[in-house]
Amino acid sequence: MNAADCRAPDAALRDAVAQARRWYWQRISAMVLAVCVLLHLAGMVWAVRGGLSAAEILARTQGNVLFAAFYAVFVGACAVHVPIGLASIAREWWQWPPRAALWFARAVTAALLVLGLRAVWGVYAPGA
Amino acid sequence: MDEKSLNVRIWRGGAGETGRFVGYAVPRRDSQTVLDVVTQVQRAIDPTLSYRFACRVGMCGSCAMTVNGQACWTCRTHVAKVVGDDGVLEIAPLANLPVVKDLATDMSVFFDKWARARGRFQGAQTRHDDFARVSPDTPERQAANAGIECIGCAVCYGSCDVVQWRPDFLGPAALNRAWTLVNDVRDTDRTERLRAVAGDAGCHSCHTQGSCTERCPKGIAPTLAIAGLKRTVARAAVNREL
Repeated sequence: MNAADCRAPDAALRDAVAQARRWYWQRISAMVLAVCVLLHLAGMVWAVRGGLSAAEILARTQGNVLFAAFYAVFVGACAVHVPIGLASIAREWWQWPPRAALWFARAVTAALLVLGLRAVWGVYAPGA
Repeated sequence: MDEKSLNVRIWRGGAGETGRFVGYAVPRRDSQTVLDVVTQVQRAIDPTLSYRFACRVGMCGSCAMTVNGQACWTCRTHVAKVVGDDGVLEIAPLANLPVVKDLATDMSVFFDKWARARGRFQGAQTRHDDFARVSPDTPERQAANAGIECIGCAVCYGSCDVVQWRPDFLGPAALNRAWTLVNDVRDTDRTERLRAVAGDAGCHSCHTQGSCTERCPKGIAPTLAIAGLKRTVARAAVNREL
């Protein structure tokens, strides 16, 4: 008998459906990340031509709504994609129980969102 | 040991520390299969050796074992194809299943998972109804046909790393069976089956490593079946149809 069978059928089904949804959102976020990574790399190659300085970067990014929106989407996609995969690693490699892996994933989501969006704000906000 | 002899190491006893590999010298013969080797040991050297086989011709799926680290049907595996350069043939029970004794595994959990995945056809018609007419050209029927020849040998199950990491994972064979029924237009248990194979104990744990597809002696691709289930189940979950 597996662990899921020990719980009420409704709870086990809710868990399974939630896991299926998480798989779906990991797939969707992977598609977003594929585009973001390509644009990010292309942007870097373009930006570093002829050297790069902090002043140059900030001149391009401060007040640039398009830049901020792009990297906010990038951070959002990471915050969705990464924790779902880490939860699987925690369960399969480290043998964590499902609930611990889930809370671990939620903590990573929060950390990625806070740190990532703070970084975007840091280079976007005028005079930051 | 002379040139015409094989250095065979066979697992004896139970799982883990309750068993160990024991070496035997077995005469080498032309066109010799691994099952021939095991049978030779049991009949000529040690009659207490336990193993399972029935048809000897690749129809029943009961002689699957781990040979030199890879799961296979021993009746259809020639010694010449698997023996290492060092001339050693290592024969162990199928992985990921409890060992009853020596090379015989307890396959209850494997078949219980077929039941958990709702691997049983559920139709709406009775014997008094006319035959259902299903065109073999439809994508659904072709998808079902692709996996329908599984004979339940558990080679895929013994090759799956995810089963090893998550003992409650349904495994490639049960999920492949579920996929054939999801694509069977006569079946009426679709929603319950999609629920049964959803989530981390079901199709969404598969990492698409493809060991099951690589090793399946019938040439079936459970990896494709599981990918189909992932898409179908996730779509149903997001659309709140589960």
